[in-house]
Amino acid sequence: MIDRREQALTYTLLGVFSLIALVPIAGIVLTALQAPGELATFGAPSGFHPGNFATAWDEGNFSSYLRSSLMVAVAVVAASTLLSIPAGYAFGMMRFRGEQALFYLFLLGLMVPLEATIVPLYYDFRDLALTDTYAALILPQVGVSLAFGTFWMRAFFRSVPRSLVEAARIDGSSAWSTLWRVLLPTARPAVVTMMVLIFMWTWNEFLLALVMVSDEGLRTAPLGLAFFQGRNTTDFALLAAGAVIVATPVVLLYVFLQRHFIRGMLSGAIKG
Amino acid sequence: MSRALAPPGEPRRVAYLYLLPALVVFALFVLAPLAHSMWLSLFEWDGVTPGTWVGLDNYGQVVSDPELRAAFRHSLVLVGFYAVLPVVIGLVLAAAMSRARVRGLALFRTVLFLPQVIALVVVGVMWRMIYAPDGGLLNEGLGAVGVGGQDWLGSFPLALPSVGLIGAWVMYGLAMVLLLAGVQKIPQSLYDAARVDGAGPVREFFTVTLPGLRNEVAVALTLTTIQALRSFDIVYVTTGGGPGDSTSVPAYEVYDRAFRGGDVGTASAIGVYIVALIFVLVFLINRVAEREAAR
Repeated sequence: MIDRREQALTYTLLGVFSLIALVPIAGIVLTALQAPGELATFGAPSGFHPGNFATAWDEGNFSSYLRSSLMVAVAVVAASTLLSIPAGYAFGMMRFRGEQALFYLFLLGLMVPLEATIVPLYYDFRDLALTDTYAALILPQVGVSLAFGTFWMRAFFRSVPRSLVEAARIDGSSAWSTLWRVLLPTARPAVVTMMVLIFMWTWNEFLLALVMVSDEGLRTAPLGLAFFQGRNTTDFALLAAGAVIVATPVVLLYVFLQRHFIRGMLSGAIKG
Repeated sequence: MSRALAPPGEPRRVAYLYLLPALVVFALFVLAPLAHSMWLSLFEWDGVTPGTWVGLDNYGQVVSDPELRAAFRHSLVLVGFYAVLPVVIGLVLAAAMSRARVRGLALFRTVLFLPQVIALVVVGVMWRMIYAPDGGLLNEGLGAVGVGGQDWLGSFPLALPSVGLIGAWVMYGLAMVLLLAGVQKIPQSLYDAARVDGAGPVREFFTVTLPGLRNEVAVALTLTTIQALRSFDIVYVTTGGGPGDSTSVPAYEVYDRAFRGGDVGTASAIGVYIVALIFVLVFLINRVAEREAAR
């Protein structure tokens, strides 16, 4: 028996909290469309000015920031994926000395945020004359992503039925070709989830870019937005347009691949 | 290990080869910097001229410096907003959900999760506009019902809770989705049994729902607590630690001292404290969850 009052209460709660999630987002989109140069925000939409996006894109230099972010994110996702799959395979399907200790080392990485390693990272990269390069934005992010990637792929390989591997083995398949020919096709959903999450974390990363990069040509989207805010303290419409531009790529990805996002982040993914 | 778990076809030592590339990159860009951070924390160094060995002085300074103590206190307040508040909200919803079956949950889940995927810098920009003293959504809304506006991010008593609420806004969807998924896995028979025993909603919550959500609560608290302790982006964008030091947090102090204040040693020590604090809190959360499971 379902109690109607309780059901109504549940819908009300879900509705209210969904609204709380949506109102700020709708607000910034509306602000991005208001007349440029106005201070009034959110409450009083004044007309429909999609031209703000074009202005932010060109004058705010967001085309350059997005290009930078895209290059960094693609490189980080590609490198992390290629390194995580074999590492997860080793942890998930092979037995070797020191396995547990090494795995704990990766687990440790899930709890060490960039905020705690940014200081030595900066000085090490400075000594190597690598600040203000894409390498400074990519390499530390790959390191951070590997902890999650390895953890995630290990969990996947553990869930693969042994019979699949045994069959490949009887057919004379080596460990290497078993991984790429037999297992990877079944791993596709897990790999997509991993790639999507690493893309999001990389795209949204701010501190690394703030510390490593001073050349405007290398600025990533969140860093560009922070500087844009510093320059545009009064023009909320343009600032909002810039903010929407920065958030849109990940939000679009989320709309199409939301099951991957939600599954990945809920299954104990500690990184954020 | 049993034969069934043997590797497919090749000697097990080959595992090291599969592991090596990831391990090298991980060691170079996570483990080595962490060790280097501990090393740097033993020096007084401005980042340019040669440093001076000071032993553990920087760690003592973090404890004795009132500004830094305040920063760590603030981060614990943020744990309340980022982690505890969302989990409490999620539990209330889970309790309501356990008695009713809801359709269209997938749609709610999509919406509730949305704040999680937006860059925190964007979230900060967004909330600065909401909190804006003139024309911000919050003050306009309050004005419409006849309540006077506030300078949310600019006043000493309000700034920290205002920043905390931003974090709660980002996190509550995650906690809700996690706990809703969990509550649906609790066998209906447990609820039926509780009702046969004449349990009301409150007793049902404490005897069936809460114990059944132990793991989900632990995961939600772990994820959100780490976010609270490392929070930097939102503070940087909304308040810059101000007014005064009222919203400074450890991660912000790391940045401020290492890259603006020329005090690399103390900044490194703060970083080490952040990691230690994350370890301790994550350990405690999961320890309590396990102990409850054993009962």
